[in-house]
Amino acid sequence: MLGYIVKRLLQLIPTLIGVTLFAFLLVAAVPGDPAQIIAGDSASPEEVEIIRSQLGIDKPLYEQYMSYVVNILHGDLGTSLRSSQPVLDEILSRFPTSFILTVMSLIIMIIVGLIAGIASATKPNSLRDNVSMMFSLFGISMPVFWMGIMFILLFSYYLPWFPSGGSTEFKHFVLPSIVLGLSASGVLARLTRSSILEIVNQDFIRTARAKGLKEKYVIYKHTLKNALIPIITIVGMEFGILLGGAVITETVFSMNGIGRYVVESIQFRDFPAIQGSILFISTLFVFIILLVDLSYSVVDPRVRYEN
Amino acid sequence: MEISEKVISQNQNVTTTYEPRSPWQMMIKRFKKNKRAMIGLYITVLFIIVAILAPWISPYDPYAYNMKALLQPPSLSHPFGTDQFGRDVLSRIIHGSRISLMIGMVGVGISILVGVSLGTIAGYFGGIIDSIIMRIMDILLAFPGFLLALAIISILGPNMLNVMIAIGIFSIPVFARIMRSSVISVKYKEFIEATKSLGGSHFFIIMKHVIPNCIAPIIVLSTMRIATAILTAAGLSFLGLGAQPPSPEWGAMLNEGREYIRSATHLSTVPGLIIMLVVLGFNMLGDGLRDALDPQMKI
Repeated sequence: MLGYIVKRLLQLIPTLIGVTLFAFLLVAAVPGDPAQIIAGDSASPEEVEIIRSQLGIDKPLYEQYMSYVVNILHGDLGTSLRSSQPVLDEILSRFPTSFILTVMSLIIMIIVGLIAGIASATKPNSLRDNVSMMFSLFGISMPVFWMGIMFILLFSYYLPWFPSGGSTEFKHFVLPSIVLGLSASGVLARLTRSSILEIVNQDFIRTARAKGLKEKYVIYKHTLKNALIPIITIVGMEFGILLGGAVITETVFSMNGIGRYVVESIQFRDFPAIQGSILFISTLFVFIILLVDLSYSVVDPRVRYEN
Repeated sequence: MEISEKVISQNQNVTTTYEPRSPWQMMIKRFKKNKRAMIGLYITVLFIIVAILAPWISPYDPYAYNMKALLQPPSLSHPFGTDQFGRDVLSRIIHGSRISLMIGMVGVGISILVGVSLGTIAGYFGGIIDSIIMRIMDILLAFPGFLLALAIISILGPNMLNVMIAIGIFSIPVFARIMRSSVISVKYKEFIEATKSLGGSHFFIIMKHVIPNCIAPIIVLSTMRIATAILTAAGLSFLGLGAQPPSPEWGAMLNEGREYIRSATHLSTVPGLIIMLVVLGFNMLGDGLRDALDPQMKI
């Protein structure tokens, strides 16, 4: 097991290099001279030159990249142009909000998605199946920002049960998590259904039924356990997608999370902040995918040997 | 005697009902039987017709201000009401369908062109080329979809063309992966081996044999990705990072209408409902195509 973990960690290195390279090139590829943008139109050429050397963009590209990576390893993601604060501090102060939102939505997604998926797979082509599959199609097709606005209208304006924005108390998280969780549950429900249906037709399930096991036992103990790998994959992928989806949800519900920080940084053309937050989220995502991969080997030990 | 006559008549029945069908005919038949798929097809076709005929069927100019009819609720003369500048919402929705259709088509077109080419090359040639291409795709996949689109917009600047490019890029790895796995499943088949031994060039084999045999999942994926593209573009415009006002893009309309959510609810509800309907249509069509082409397909 330990060997497998080490191997997977080593495989991560090229991906992480790629991610840093992408984040680096993102800013290097910005059309125009960043120093000029920062200095403004009225700045003298000398002033622009000073800013250029401050940013280190007067050096060749590979040197810039090397110093960028060294800085990242020292926990330095640059300084925000907007607030003059270290980008990492700004991200970390917003991270708990995004994290709580993502985890709460993930829980809602898993509960709703699994129930809907199991409900339809256990009675394929029934009314129950059709209703839950239509529900998941709606979940996939509904714009999350629109659902957010409708929820604010319903549960904050017409029925004043929850606040329409903010991120300081638990009640602020209820509506956004439901919106985000429901919108993501559609994908999980569809996948759960198809994975269960695939397993249900296999010989060992027929054997389980033939030896007289209760249907409940067949579904939960035999089928679901074997359908778990694709379900875990999608839950892991959804974690990243939710972090991305949180960009919109945080904006709709005026929450002070990383997603909203990215949007504001793009609007202000605050490049170090954009670069830093994209690097942060994608690195997090890479590690989540690693956890997903490792969990395969727990759920299905064959994975370890195949690798 | 009686029995043998019965058998003959049964056999005759069988021969009269049996018609040889091509795989395509069988697929169309399966598709037509699927109610949800047909509804999806109707919605999609309606959306495309509206987009094409927009200038002729919209009752008002989508950009024309009318200070005498500000924020009016839905009525006979304005079925979807008017916005804060007195513009007719129905006309704006109709014109907005052109933008969404274009984003869907161009965005997904870019991903098909690049993604399918890369996936084919990786799958067909294998080895080091495959490793390099797929590692790059893995890196692109390391960015959660919407975030990748945001990152690209942040470099290129917020406007419609850049939204299409961003959406095009973020679907490339998805197409490349699907295409690669289909190509790998096809490339060792006997008919490919036969063409090779007859001296067919790689280009000929890919164009004539590999791509046509891998096209089914690409058709399904394209339909579904158009839905994602429309949704993503609307999301970007909603954040103010896509189409800019006064463009009648649906996401942008929703963003503008949000300010009037209490006084004019229709400005937020209508564009959202329309986006959902169109996206739903493409998703149902995609599902139907998958079930008709190959229900075992992993998309």
